[in-house]
Amino acid sequence: MPNQAPQPSGPQAGRAILTIIGSDRVGIIAGIANVLADANVNILDISQSVIREFFTMIMMVDLAGAAVSFHELSERLARKGAELSVRVEIQREEIFKAMHRI
Amino acid sequence: MRHLNFSGEEILETIDMVRTEQLDVRTITVGISLLDCVSDSCEGLCGNVYDKVERVARDLRRVSADISEEFGLPIINNRIAVTPVALIAGRSGPLELLRIAETLDRAAHAVNVDFIGGFSAQVEKGMTQIDANLFAAIPEALAATQRVCASVNVGSTRAGLNMDAIAAMGRIVKQTAALTANANSIGCAKLVVFCNAVEDNPFMAGAFHGASEPECTVNVGVSGPGVVLRAIKAAGDVDFGTLASIIRRTAFKITRAGELVGRTAAARLGLPFGIVDLSLAPTPAEGDSVARILEEIGLDSVGTHGSTAALALLNDAVKKGGAMASSYVGGLSGAFIPLSEDAGMIEAAERGAITIDKLEAMTAVCSVGLDMIAIPGDTPAETIAAIIADEAAIGMINKKTTAVRLIPAVGKRVGDWVDFGGLLGRAPVIAVNTRSSSRLIARGGRIPSPLQALIN
Repeated sequence: MPNQAPQPSGPQAGRAILTIIGSDRVGIIAGIANVLADANVNILDISQSVIREFFTMIMMVDLAGAAVSFHELSERLARKGAELSVRVEIQREEIFKAMHRI
Repeated sequence: MRHLNFSGEEILETIDMVRTEQLDVRTITVGISLLDCVSDSCEGLCGNVYDKVERVARDLRRVSADISEEFGLPIINNRIAVTPVALIAGRSGPLELLRIAETLDRAAHAVNVDFIGGFSAQVEKGMTQIDANLFAAIPEALAATQRVCASVNVGSTRAGLNMDAIAAMGRIVKQTAALTANANSIGCAKLVVFCNAVEDNPFMAGAFHGASEPECTVNVGVSGPGVVLRAIKAAGDVDFGTLASIIRRTAFKITRAGELVGRTAAARLGLPFGIVDLSLAPTPAEGDSVARILEEIGLDSVGTHGSTAALALLNDAVKKGGAMASSYVGGLSGAFIPLSEDAGMIEAAERGAITIDKLEAMTAVCSVGLDMIAIPGDTPAETIAAIIADEAAIGMINKKTTAVRLIPAVGKRVGDWVDFGGLLGRAPVIAVNTRSSSRLIARGGRIPSPLQALIN
């Protein structure tokens, strides 16, 4: 229930889902993983597949030890995404929990 | 897949809702009680009001931007609703009330919110002197400020309709139009006349923080006509049971997202969470239209026969889905059918497929009322009052909120265009009935409250 759902206690807590959409090519995982490592963000899980004709990579990351703000991380990822010609989205896990789980 | 609890389809569905179907949180509205701001001087009152609004809402903009980025969900507006000014203004005259409006506007600019609502009075049973003074101050207040919204409640199911107040509002709408004539009479876009007004509505221009509300509260208005449209388009020609089920499921997801945003905002602002208003609120953006949903349900154009039935289904299904998704649903909660803010409505008006009479009928089955409709500038005040009376009668008898936000655009005639810009959109001026209602309005007094039994 939403009333019992844990609230993100601060910008650095909790987990987020990172979605990379584009065409498959060498260096995408490496590029994104580097950005995450620089920010001290741990990758908990990773999967890739072709969904609706798009190459889609989904990562679950842990923000607990992040060295930068969510805003900064999100900007760095967007820059790297532009470099690699893929779309990168990062969103807190809670939004998916709210919309897709009862 | 130890940690990833969501399928790729689910994740992409959420992302698509935002990126291609214009899902957004329309507003985070912080309600602020001003009851403790009363003072024996206008200076004291204005000082207290400014300080309290600034103190409570100082972080709203930042918190809202953070949440929007972290959840990947746009938050379009940040707003404030305050205690109806008539309740706190004591003996203020029209000039002092104008100063209070200007104070609210300054506070709204200081904390950088889009609108501040609550230049309001509730007069369904009768008017006090301060109510009358507030009425008199409305046109100037809306012309002199940018972000202040005004509303009045002129009727309720329990009290009936205050026809004197309704007659006065006909004149005040005209005066407001005249004072903002050089800006397409935009003052009228910030003025709502209610029957059965609700105290926790986060949507403008009718938001105010009712007297029964706590000290402060965070209310959220979700949107998402585009998401519903996409879902029913994908379903094709299914029967009504299936259609209702698709709308319910979509409304559920939208509302859950809204509730998450509201609760997170409340926690970060250190204020209690109030309600989610699960209205489908259109914007002029293509695809973000309630009219298009009705057309997808099976109408050649919104406004034709069947529009009321389609809207009834949509409105009810949205409520059912949303009510399951949140513990605290409130506000107006339903489908909005503003004319100038909905691309499909604008087109229908342009091709003459929708009239003010059909819009009135549709308001009997949805929230909220005759909204953002441009009418000829030479429409008499009595006719505007009579339109308000009709709409209020629908609300009174059907025990629901109805509202009127008409723009008698000065100098404009049927077929001319009025452009307000931004979320307020643009609309062709549509015709009203030119037969006079002045004897009805001249009678004065109240229309008694209706029976609560024998309800056919």
